[in-house]
Amino acid sequence: MKQEARAPSEKRGGGQNTFSYYPGCALKSSAREYDISARLCCESLGIELRELADWTCCGASSAHATSDVLAVALPGKDLHAASEAGYPLVTACAMCFSRLKIAAHETADMATRTLAGDVSGNIVPVMHLLEVIDSRLASLVPNKGLAGLKVACFYGCLLVRPKAVAIDDAENPQVMDRLMRTIGAEPMPWAFKTECCGAGLPLARPDIVRRLSHRILLSAAAVGADCVAVACPECHANLDMHQAGMGGKHGGEVRVPVVYFTQLLGLSLGFSPYELHLDRHMVDPLPALSSKGLA
Amino acid sequence: MPSPVIPESRSPVSRFVIEHSGQNPARCYQCGKCTAGCPAAPDMDMGPRQVMRALQLGMGREVLSCNSIWVCLQCQTCSSRCPKEIDIAKVMESLRLMAILEGHPAAEKNIALFNEVFLDVVKRHGRAYELEMGALYNLRSGHPTANARILVELVAKGRLALLPPAVRGVAKVRRLFDEAEAARRRVGREVRG
Repeated sequence: MKQEARAPSEKRGGGQNTFSYYPGCALKSSAREYDISARLCCESLGIELRELADWTCCGASSAHATSDVLAVALPGKDLHAASEAGYPLVTACAMCFSRLKIAAHETADMATRTLAGDVSGNIVPVMHLLEVIDSRLASLVPNKGLAGLKVACFYGCLLVRPKAVAIDDAENPQVMDRLMRTIGAEPMPWAFKTECCGAGLPLARPDIVRRLSHRILLSAAAVGADCVAVACPECHANLDMHQAGMGGKHGGEVRVPVVYFTQLLGLSLGFSPYELHLDRHMVDPLPALSSKGLA
Repeated sequence: MPSPVIPESRSPVSRFVIEHSGQNPARCYQCGKCTAGCPAAPDMDMGPRQVMRALQLGMGREVLSCNSIWVCLQCQTCSSRCPKEIDIAKVMESLRLMAILEGHPAAEKNIALFNEVFLDVVKRHGRAYELEMGALYNLRSGHPTANARILVELVAKGRLALLPPAVRGVAKVRRLFDEAEAARRRVGREVRG
């Protein structure tokens, strides 16, 4: 039975390069550049993303913080839809990834699964886009290597913790570093790869977000990184959007561009910085990129 | 050797935590690795190690009133590093849920307010609508112009959806909210006895 659950992708002619795509709310609004660059990269790499029909919010940290029923029922609804579609479910948002994959684990034996529309047995695999691209590294040939670009790969929390749903090691993950090396960039060894940026607190406790994000950026600057690469819209918002308010009593000002890993991958695949919306960030990455002849 | 036991009669909170999280705080030997790695510890009344100790001592009320259970970012660093493999983040989550179920006033009102606003908006539209969320949060927290600079810049860069998301199947989402709310009331009644 389990084997048959994966079969529809073949039947419908999609093969293993077809995925149901769950953009998540942020990628439709403040993180549009992540959605746009992810789609461009996938198209160029022959990965077909079919946006999940009528997907709804995974509940993010607020549902998780408020109700354990809602925390599973909301992503459970989307899992159910993805299981009907039959393709593995891929998302580029670390928060959505975490909520969906944890729900996939918990619906296996929780009473809440009936709430989510009988998500039973045949749940499709939930993957983060980094995993999908990592599985294709061997055949990835960059158009234009990002030679000389020093990148601090920032994983944050939700891709590497908790262990049950992690895509890599919790202390020194390598999946994004590998990708950066493959496209010719230089991933920097640094100490803050998996620290927390302040998560969903930028409105309620901006002081905490600024303190945590500031020390991450200082650490990236200290190892000489030209930019920080992220795989989560929340990390991006905290590190980039709130950067102007950092410093002060917690130490010096810091200016480090923060970009999505898909934007760097996109550059190496030959897309222009403008196609990838690299000009839309609060801290402009274009000067750093053009100093390396990349923009 | 049998696991050490928390004197249950002294704390219904500990009992709820053990049952809900499946974790036994009595197993904690107070090494402090959780607090050492906790990014939010400097902003907490009690660091995670102290929360675990308070539970061991049956000080349930104190724990429900501390801000730590709200400030916890659920980054899972404590859980992934605990040498006794106690899921401390899960314990924090259980404590926060118990505070909510009991109607305990949140020690961090704005964090509770943000979660409420976020979920209200998701219930209404089926997805997060950032513009409405920011506006509602600002109004209800009494800081109507907070983050105005960021808002203006986002709009200027075309990075903020101005119209609400249009999703089919919002009714289903609302039903999930209603059922979760019913479950919360039911469990809340049980918790309050």
